[in-house]
Amino acid sequence: MDKFTSVRGAAAPLLIDNINTDQITPVQFMRALEPDYQAGLFARWRADPNTPFVLDRPRFHRAPILVTGGNFGCGSAREVAVWALAAHGVRCIVARSFSEVYRESLIKNGMLPIVLDPPSGAAFERCVVDVDGRLPFEVDLVRNTIVCPDGKAFSFAIDPGERTALLEGLDDVAMTMRHRSRIEAWEKEAAMRQPWLQRIADPPTGS
Amino acid sequence: MGESLFDKIWARHSLAEEGGKTLLYIDRVVVDDVRAPQVLKNLDRRGLSIRRPDLAVVVMDHSVPSFPKLAAGSSVFIDAARAAARQHDLRLLDVGDAEQGISHVAAPELGFVLPGSTYLCVDSHAPTVGGLGALGLACGSSELEHVLATQAMWVRKPRQMRINLAGTLGAGVCAKDVILYVIGRLGLEAARGAALEFAGRVVTTMPVEARFTLCNMAVELGARTCLVSPDKTTLAWLAQRRLAPHGDLWNQAQDDWLSMRSDPDARFDADLTIDCTALAPQITWGTSPAQVASISGHVPTAAEAGLDEASWQRAINYIDLAPGAALAGTKIDRVFIGSCTNARLSDLESAAQVLAGHHIADHVTAVVVPGSRTVARQAQEQGLRDLFERAGFLWGEPGCSMCAGGGGEKVAPGERIVSTTNRNFENRQGPGVRTHLASPATAAAAAIMGQICDPRALLAKG
Repeated sequence: MDKFTSVRGAAAPLLIDNINTDQITPVQFMRALEPDYQAGLFARWRADPNTPFVLDRPRFHRAPILVTGGNFGCGSAREVAVWALAAHGVRCIVARSFSEVYRESLIKNGMLPIVLDPPSGAAFERCVVDVDGRLPFEVDLVRNTIVCPDGKAFSFAIDPGERTALLEGLDDVAMTMRHRSRIEAWEKEAAMRQPWLQRIADPPTGS
Repeated sequence: MGESLFDKIWARHSLAEEGGKTLLYIDRVVVDDVRAPQVLKNLDRRGLSIRRPDLAVVVMDHSVPSFPKLAAGSSVFIDAARAAARQHDLRLLDVGDAEQGISHVAAPELGFVLPGSTYLCVDSHAPTVGGLGALGLACGSSELEHVLATQAMWVRKPRQMRINLAGTLGAGVCAKDVILYVIGRLGLEAARGAALEFAGRVVTTMPVEARFTLCNMAVELGARTCLVSPDKTTLAWLAQRRLAPHGDLWNQAQDDWLSMRSDPDARFDADLTIDCTALAPQITWGTSPAQVASISGHVPTAAEAGLDEASWQRAINYIDLAPGAALAGTKIDRVFIGSCTNARLSDLESAAQVLAGHHIADHVTAVVVPGSRTVARQAQEQGLRDLFERAGFLWGEPGCSMCAGGGGEKVAPGERIVSTTNRNFENRQGPGVRTHLASPATAAAAAIMGQICDPRALLAKG
């Protein structure tokens, strides 16, 4: 997994609540084994000539920070909705809240999800809208802070395990397999206590 | 202090704690056709092997063509998933197999998923299996790689929430109406990240298949997982399923499962009661499952809907209905009965009760896609397929079909569809397609009348 320590660059405002993964990556653009993730990103919104899409404005080209509303990434669990933003250069998303599955997928991809406390969040959003991409913001995971162009800083909380995984770019499987003996012991115990969990009667037809 | 079903499953499956998360053992993994090719290839690329291939199954659902002759070329995922499953010695529910179907329909139906177990699938509706008392978790593709390699998953312990559904459902009102009503009333974030349990008289008197519908759409409340405590109804539904335990093991298992039920004094971080006695059939009017009204209701104003002007305007523009307009009487083009929400035998039966003796309106295209080949076979044996086809419905091959349009089904832009699926997002069922979510009975009634209407009117006439 990619490491995340800090990013510096434009913060793109997309302040809408409940943006779902069908909006981020419409399924019609994902009907290939290896689709063009970047082309699919917000494809329907970007195709609408009446409302220029924020990430298509030159100053937000490859903006590393996306600032958005509540329940971001709700809906389908499709991870392409993370990969498409990554392909566009996004490394950090500041949202009022996240769908939990989406948030976990961001971490798995070395991207930083941030939820500020509501007063800080409101102040930060105002700052992002005012700056409108003219000056860079900095997100620093070592210090757990977002620094606005005027020097104002907001601190954010993150689970210690997720923070370590991001900072060190740890391999998730290797991390878990440090607990291999525990997993093996659990399987032995379960095979005694609830044998139906560990042994499936017979293979389904078709296998 | 008592424990909830969630507490008991969590405690039983906890392997370790670290950095604010718990490592949970995952008992069952379902890999769908869209994810299998890439995930299995990535495991190979990383030099990882599947730790317990015996606890996983590859299921063809998202890209199965409902009408193979019309959807040639949509099999790229199916071919790749089949090859990957064989290469990795995984069980496979292949297109055409007797037990193939939608992941969260076929897996429980087989007895592959059991009460008190943990279940993982790269599909947001994995919590559907909570209808059996199994802890269903959705995840992304990267997490699936990790789980296949380790048989475990790091999860932040969710807060717990219980919704007690009190009262009795009236005739023509079903689990879909209940869950749409709950989402409409509580909103899309009410259970965000939470472990939800449905309880109360409506749930305890509900068949298991209806409980699947409730848990399925709890995802639209933001729930991380959703459960119903197993009871005698659960055991009766599960008994004799092919992969469920049999004989002495079954006796041992059922005692264990009943002991997993939430204790009467279990504590929840939030505990609500919603009375369902006066509930009418529900239908969505907008572009989120929370934008819902009674079938006799109207398209709300922004204030009535409790939405900000911009969100409301966007929904109204997309759905192309005028505020204040009655929902009943809205002309429709298409009906879809299917998906992991409403494609089980009881769903088809409920639609068939409305359809009996009727034909769909001339201008309507109506499609029914059973959730699995088992459901399709049972429906055929009971004469339901014949009833649907005589009424003018097209009968499709089991799969996700028109829920997200992955199977190549095309709905024309601007078409208005009454659908038993779970999401009415903009463009979800195709570019510009206007979706109204409803129960199978309401969808069947709409097909007959060619417009949104109360299914109870047709049931009363017989």
